[in-house]
Amino acid sequence: MLQIKNLHVSVGDKPILKGINLEIKPGEIHAIMGPNGSGKSTLSHVLSGKGGYTVTGGSATYQGKDLLDMAPEIRAREGVFLAFQYPVEISGVSNIYLLKAALNSIRKHQGEPEVDAMDFLTLVKDKVRLLEMDEKFLYRAVNEGFSGGEKKRNEILQMAILEPKLCIMDETDSGLDIDALKIVSEGVNSLRSPERSFVMVTHYQRLLDYIKPDKVHVLAHGQIVKSGGAELALELEEKGYSWVEEAVA
Amino acid sequence: MSVSTQEINKLINQDYKPGFVTELETDTFPPGLDEAVIHRLSKVKNEPEFMLEYRLKAFRHWQTLKSPDWAFVNFEPIDYQAISYYSAPKRKEDGPQSLDEIDPQILEAYKKLGIPLDEQERLAGVAVDAVFDSVSVATTFKGKLHDAGVIFCPISEALREHPELIKQYLGSVVPHTDNYFAALNAAVFTDGSFVYIPKGVRCPMELSTYFRINAANTGQFERTLIIADEGSHVSYLEGCTAPMRDENQLHAAVVELVAMKDAVIKYSTVQNWYPGDKNGLGGIYNFVTKRADCRGENSKVSWTQVETGSAITWKYPSCILTGDNSTGEFYSVALTNNYQQADTGTKMIHIGKNTSSTIISKGISAGKAQNTYRGLVKVLKSAANARNYTQCDSLLIGDKCGAHTFPYVEVKQPSAQVEHEATTSKISEDQLFFCQQRGLSAEDAVSMIVNGFCKEVFRELPMEFAVEAQALLGLSLEGSVG
Ligand SMILES: Nc1ncnc2c1ncn2[C@@H]1O[C@H](COP(=O)(O)OP(=O)(O)OP(=O)(O)O)[C@@H](O)[C@H]1O
Ligand SMILES: [Mg+2]
Repeated sequence: MLQIKNLHVSVGDKPILKGINLEIKPGEIHAIMGPNGSGKSTLSHVLSGKGGYTVTGGSATYQGKDLLDMAPEIRAREGVFLAFQYPVEISGVSNIYLLKAALNSIRKHQGEPEVDAMDFLTLVKDKVRLLEMDEKFLYRAVNEGFSGGEKKRNEILQMAILEPKLCIMDETDSGLDIDALKIVSEGVNSLRSPERSFVMVTHYQRLLDYIKPDKVHVLAHGQIVKSGGAELALELEEKGYSWVEEAVA
Repeated sequence: MSVSTQEINKLINQDYKPGFVTELETDTFPPGLDEAVIHRLSKVKNEPEFMLEYRLKAFRHWQTLKSPDWAFVNFEPIDYQAISYYSAPKRKEDGPQSLDEIDPQILEAYKKLGIPLDEQERLAGVAVDAVFDSVSVATTFKGKLHDAGVIFCPISEALREHPELIKQYLGSVVPHTDNYFAALNAAVFTDGSFVYIPKGVRCPMELSTYFRINAANTGQFERTLIIADEGSHVSYLEGCTAPMRDENQLHAAVVELVAMKDAVIKYSTVQNWYPGDKNGLGGIYNFVTKRADCRGENSKVSWTQVETGSAITWKYPSCILTGDNSTGEFYSVALTNNYQQADTGTKMIHIGKNTSSTIISKGISAGKAQNTYRGLVKVLKSAANARNYTQCDSLLIGDKCGAHTFPYVEVKQPSAQVEHEATTSKISEDQLFFCQQRGLSAEDAVSMIVNGFCKEVFRELPMEFAVEAQALLGLSLEGSVG
């Protein structure tokens, strides 16, 4: 699904990612942990094509294609989805309008006809129920006036409707209350399939209790300093990051 | 500069699709303006004597005035002697003819603009008056309107056919002494539409006028007069385009609306005059005086405008709320791009008791454009319990453009309630990236956000025109992203 090889990324003159290597196979769930400022969001942004970053070396291959060469909307249409750490507000544009426009542009890219209005409504309502949201959110402006947790849940709603192949979730759990975390996790679990992969950036074991990762990586100072199985997260929870950082230094 | 900023810049470099010129034989006056020109103008148009006198009076007054300089716009002084004051496609006689007499080139020009004058092809339910340079070339659905008692014709025809209505109402809302451009217009106006809706009649279809400037070096001085008699109802739309030329061209219109007791007038404008090229060369100077008099009790006038064109726009569609319980509304979207300048807004003058007004203004600036909202809410002592709500929102695209808001409020009546809200926002790179990450192109994202921003105004447009307006905004922001 995704191979990242020796990826180097700078913002201006400042190197942020310094040689990332990562391979994600279809159906796998990878968790990325690591201290604040280590480059987790930068990695998510670069993979999804946000401007302002310079790739100074290395490559990222997605489904056999050069990911870094694609325009951000093409990546999205090819199935790369980023659930943002800080979702933006767009006033005047309703959630449901955005969802429909997004779904149709993806379908068009994949050679499918525009979604029928009734089918779309059925689909959307189904997912709204899955995430235990109020239907009223559909008609509100995108994220405008949403609470922190509501914004995060809204990201997962979009993910559930757009059905991407590679789901990158940047700290989706931060800001969710205990019940919401459970609901959102169940929503994510229902999306799991042998063809769909997940990259979950998180600081907490809590999320991984609900969504069991195949691999856990620790990102520190722009490099993956340790990788392991689900048990690595538990160890981190107990000991913090210093021991892995030191082990590398 | 990051990728997104470059994309925004590309996006807002628009193409002007109606910029073609139609080659025609015309009757055109040589440039210049004096009393002899006005005599000649009145004569070609076969006008009654009282009109000539009216024009001369206005002209003499105009000569005593100075061009106004208070608006937030910059332009070189206009040489009024370099403009031709009359240009019409050659034909046998004045007044619209039947369609098969019209030069096929003109029909073709309107077709290209998406305004087929052929009634079969025309959207059912919309009657069109087409004004080409200085004259009206066709009015559709006249018969059907006539059956309903509605008069909808070129104003030059109304001068001859309905002089009593003209004498009573022309200049009664915007007198020739009102301002510089209104005086000029009264002296030299050439054509425009005239509408009279009799008592109790609900106009059976939307009325619309389509203004097209084609000839070079001519000014277009249009005059529109709409009278809605007691209890009547009418919805009217005007649209405008012009070819791309390097010189600036002047369009100085006057629109007067009169709403009697219980009458409702809805006036919508989609203005897409040539805005000049991306370096600010050429374009239309759009200096317009639009005013409505809500003369009768419970009358209502609603102005809705979508302004995407012109090099300079200077217009303040206003309502004089004379009748008790009358209502004035102003819904505006003004989009400026490149070097365009718009200074637009409204005046709501509350005179009658319990009068209310609503102002929703949405200004969008891109490129190096300047967009100014200028509004006046005036509540006279007589206007007990008057209410006004004003909302002015500005949206900036890129960082070289400007938005300015000048809301003036004068309240002489303590029971009045006047509310004002204003916001300024920017399409951020984060918003664009978010939309792109959901699969939308940057172009679609901008147009989605702009449309969302304008939603409250578009909602006020008649259905067909809402679609047209959205398409126009999309077109104005269309670029070469991809
Ligand atoms: N545009 C930028 N300009 C300057 N520095 C930047 C920019 N973007 C990111 N950085 C820096 O890069 C580093 C990595 O940031 P990033 O947001 O990727 O961290 P993170 O691992 O997601 O942290 P957190 O856990 O707090 O979300 C930080 O030191 C940050 O300040
Ligand atoms: Mg982060």
